[in-house]
Amino acid sequence: MARAQFAESQAEKMSRSGERMDEVEIDATNLSTRELNDRLRDLMQAGVESVVLRNVCGQRYIGTRLYSPEHRKMKIEIFGTPGNDLAAFLFGHEIIVHGNAQDGVGNTMDAGEIVVEGRAGDVLGFSMRGGKIFIRDNVGYRTALHMKEYEEKRPVLVVGGTSQDFLGEYMAGGIVILLGLGGKVHKGNFMGTGMHGGVIYLRGSIEASQVGGQVEISPLDDNDREILERYVSEFMSRFPDLGLNKDQILKDEFVRLSPRSKRPYGKLYAY
Amino acid sequence: MEFKIIMPRKRRELYNKEICACSIFGAMNRDGDRFSAEGVMKAIANMHVRGNGLGGGFAAYGIYPDYRDYYAFHLMYTGCSWVAKRSAKQDFEAFLSESFDIVFDEEIPHGDEATVSDPPLVWRYFVAPNKKGDESRLSDQDYVVSKVMWVNTKIENAYVFSSGKNMGCFKGVGYPEEIGEYFLLDRIYKAYTWTVHGRFPTNTQAWWGGAHPFSLLDTTVVHNGEISSYGTNRWYLEMYGYACTLQTDTEVIAYAADLLMRKQHLPISIVAKILAPPIWNSIDKMNEKEKKLMTTLRMVYGPLLMNGPFSIIIGQTGKMIGLTDRIRLRPLTAATRGAMFYLSSEEASIRLISPELDSVWTPNGGEPVVGELNSKGMVMNEVIRLS
Amino acid sequence: MKSFVFPEFQIIRDEEKCGQCRGCERQCAFGTHSYDPVADRLISDPYKCAGCQRCVIFCPKDAIEIKPTPSFYRPNASWSREKLEDLKKQAETGGVILTGCGNDKPFRIYWDHIVLNASQVTNPSIDPLREPMELRTFLGAKPDYMDIKMDNGEMEIDTRVGPNLMVETPILFSAMSYGAISYNAFRSLATAACKSGTFFNTGEGGLPKEMRGEFGRCAIVQVASGRFGIDAEYLNCAAAVEIKVGQGAKPGIGGHLPGEKVSPAVAATRMIPTGTDAISPAPHHDIYSIEDLSMLIYALKEATNYEKPISVKIAAVHNFAAIGSGIVRAGADIIAIDGLRGGTGAAPKAIRDNVGIPIELAISSLDRRLKNEGIRNRASIIAAGGIRCSADIIKAIALGADAVYIGSAALIAMGCNLCQKCYTGKCNWGICTQDPRLEGRLNVDIASQRLSNLIHAWSHEVSEMLGGMGINALESLRGNRDHLRGVGLYEWELDVLGIKGAGE
Repeated sequence: MARAQFAESQAEKMSRSGERMDEVEIDATNLSTRELNDRLRDLMQAGVESVVLRNVCGQRYIGTRLYSPEHRKMKIEIFGTPGNDLAAFLFGHEIIVHGNAQDGVGNTMDAGEIVVEGRAGDVLGFSMRGGKIFIRDNVGYRTALHMKEYEEKRPVLVVGGTSQDFLGEYMAGGIVILLGLGGKVHKGNFMGTGMHGGVIYLRGSIEASQVGGQVEISPLDDNDREILERYVSEFMSRFPDLGLNKDQILKDEFVRLSPRSKRPYGKLYAY
Repeated sequence: MEFKIIMPRKRRELYNKEICACSIFGAMNRDGDRFSAEGVMKAIANMHVRGNGLGGGFAAYGIYPDYRDYYAFHLMYTGCSWVAKRSAKQDFEAFLSESFDIVFDEEIPHGDEATVSDPPLVWRYFVAPNKKGDESRLSDQDYVVSKVMWVNTKIENAYVFSSGKNMGCFKGVGYPEEIGEYFLLDRIYKAYTWTVHGRFPTNTQAWWGGAHPFSLLDTTVVHNGEISSYGTNRWYLEMYGYACTLQTDTEVIAYAADLLMRKQHLPISIVAKILAPPIWNSIDKMNEKEKKLMTTLRMVYGPLLMNGPFSIIIGQTGKMIGLTDRIRLRPLTAATRGAMFYLSSEEASIRLISPELDSVWTPNGGEPVVGELNSKGMVMNEVIRLS
Repeated sequence: MKSFVFPEFQIIRDEEKCGQCRGCERQCAFGTHSYDPVADRLISDPYKCAGCQRCVIFCPKDAIEIKPTPSFYRPNASWSREKLEDLKKQAETGGVILTGCGNDKPFRIYWDHIVLNASQVTNPSIDPLREPMELRTFLGAKPDYMDIKMDNGEMEIDTRVGPNLMVETPILFSAMSYGAISYNAFRSLATAACKSGTFFNTGEGGLPKEMRGEFGRCAIVQVASGRFGIDAEYLNCAAAVEIKVGQGAKPGIGGHLPGEKVSPAVAATRMIPTGTDAISPAPHHDIYSIEDLSMLIYALKEATNYEKPISVKIAAVHNFAAIGSGIVRAGADIIAIDGLRGGTGAAPKAIRDNVGIPIELAISSLDRRLKNEGIRNRASIIAAGGIRCSADIIKAIALGADAVYIGSAALIAMGCNLCQKCYTGKCNWGICTQDPRLEGRLNVDIASQRLSNLIHAWSHEVSEMLGGMGINALESLRGNRDHLRGVGLYEWELDVLGIKGAGE
């Protein structure tokens, strides 16, 4: 009861003061995960399209409870540090984090966009099936694990820095781009172990020993360059303050990691 | 006359091992300035959902400056009745007075007992070793360790859960912030290092002694994860005289740290390579010298390899060390701000008490992060950061 | 004189399918099949058949079936057919009943009563196909601790670590001597060992000179009671030296290689005259007590310049934990223990079936004894005697062994069907024979590939099970009895094994 009233009263306040009804601010200090997500959902149901969350500190699953059969779309800006599983199962919304994110960002995300002006933790984009994620700095272990795609539904992850071990483990689809900006060297090991679909682009170079046995390292072709151009531009537009020069980035050496076969373990069993 | 010949049958030990899922946090002021537990209690409360209220605990360094030269024994007297607890206390004190000189002792101050479940009687003693006969050949520390092991295995209902100088552990059954309030940690203590643990045990019978931190002398460990090599680590340590009585796998980390760092004087960078060694594939690619060192370490100390997911914070006098398992199955975030050095399961908790940070990173699996006190004549304060 | 004993096997030939190609006649070295030109048929003599199934597998028309003959005696639980017939044979010949392979009697198999753990929820399983899984092990003595010095920022190891064998997988080939097995079989074992990053054991027959250069580095050479084929080069070309005190199939007695198996090549390798019986005495005649063993161990260390680990192989018998502890204190770097079900080329049946204890109980009790004495680091334990599959390997390691030796399993990989007639020298599969005609049937390339395949498959299964337990390095499983539970065992058996019952 109280929550619905809160949402409605906010909406009323907005319309009375003449501001756009679709922008609301929530102060998340001392709110539990449940309470914060309750309010977000109420706002969505009330038709609000843009929310700003302040003083977020560790609340989890922000953006998860926002499924609506009518495919409502909301934009959520977060100031602070969101907790684990940010935007898990995201259904088409847009989330911007002004700060660092923790583990589990975009867990099984279906559609939408996440922008993080900082770094993200482990297990980013686990089982991601659509939508886009842009991370300005580095990411942790097990990024893009089991990412998937189907026909035109193809998720994209662009990381400005580099990642730690097990990038793209079991990858089955989608596009991952690591730009290694600021001279960062790709030091992760076991990249792409078990990869059987999708593609990873790394700006810079890596050793063959850093990738799993199922991965083929190859140079770019024209198709790849088109893809890179498109998503690097999108990355730059999300982080204009970086002051990047697109042509300079695209001129640098990139490598492509792709699976050798769709059935990497075909010969394993005795029948 | 009848002679009864008894053929001893060795019964197998049915030990139970509890499993630990949880949250950990550590804060250290590398200049040695001491602070209360208020901040770390808020930080661990922020990770409330990682625990289930069945255990919480703190380790604090620098809290007894007036008694800094004496060993501070923290005792827990369990038992279902008041009588049982008193009797255990008497047994222990009788033992203590024979082996140690007691300088001062008192009940550890606490708040209202109604706020926590079934608290034991908790007492502290400041003591100096009183070695007699053969035992005078032992160093003070070995003497204390042997006496502590003896008490924990032989005296019923009495457990020494902290035994270092100028430091102490506080723990019990409850959420960590509740334990902190119970022991008045934000009100009467100031420490330069605090480590905290919130517990989610999967064995429902929680007991006060089973909470973290686990400690021996001034080494304390808080741990998130499960050690699947526990059976192997345990027998190896038992060969060296450590009794694993507290039914939790974290014990072996504390004893391993004591064995390797205190008794065998190995530096933390080597100890990390024993507990979380690099993979053979990486070792084979190293240069000859490093390869030989790593191979030898793994050969000799194989049984101390800690397998299974873990992230731990080890506290020692003047040091705070964070370490995760070799494939980083558990999270650990490190951060610095001026003289403060933080370790946490989640970054948000650090931001809660220090919104601005100089640097934030997640260390690689198997690579330790060490914060050291800046003090005259010692190595300059240095956070070893391997990226 | 007519024997009162039934033939062991009956041969059923489908005359319609049989095309009289005489292949079976050529395949069988026992002379079971012969061609009758008048009737244009193959005739089979069941009294000669060993049941090795060679002719059945190689018949192009699948026309032959060979089965054990049913027993026609009145059923008698005490006087089983085997007991009756062995007795009659002895009455007919006055001799000792010989047999080959390992104990086939229904003693309890503890491997089948132990179950393994798997991780769920509290500890993630690890997928060996994608994440690193390490089976590498070191066999040998390890110091109690290491002294490490910092020297200008670099680490220096002060402690000297003794020589160790590095194996990529904890499966080694057990001791089978050249003489007992054919040259090709022996060479196949050596080839597969080198290819798979493990070791083979030469047994007491020595190591032929031409093989020393190529295979010495993967060889564990044996110094047995007969001291066959031992010269300084033999000792120094190998990776380790093993003193054979006993073996599981025939603890307490020596070995006997009949003269017909001592061909010129065997004689040259063993350094005895061609055609003589090669007798290994029961004890080493220079080891009558434990201190003598210590003397021999150090003699070998001297002979190999302290560069090779010295192993001692004993059979698992009563009180052997105390013996094992003594052996470790005598200076051995590795103890190899052979249990009740260990195999052999020839042994008296009475000894093979009745002497010794099961290896599972042996590993546990030895491991526990060494730990209690605080000396478990000083030697590695290799267990042998009836390892049949990868689950047995994992259980052996969890009970306390460092690695396992496989003997019968390796021969089965090469084609053996355990017909137990190894002592005749007429192995149709070319494995346990010195007859060049038979030996040629075993192709070294194919057989060694089969052995490597076996090791590869089992190593992978071990990795899967380890990963299931949430462990990614073999050293974390060794002696970790927490991951085992017993099913259908008595309390005392659980005590000896040191494991809980399932559900406890």
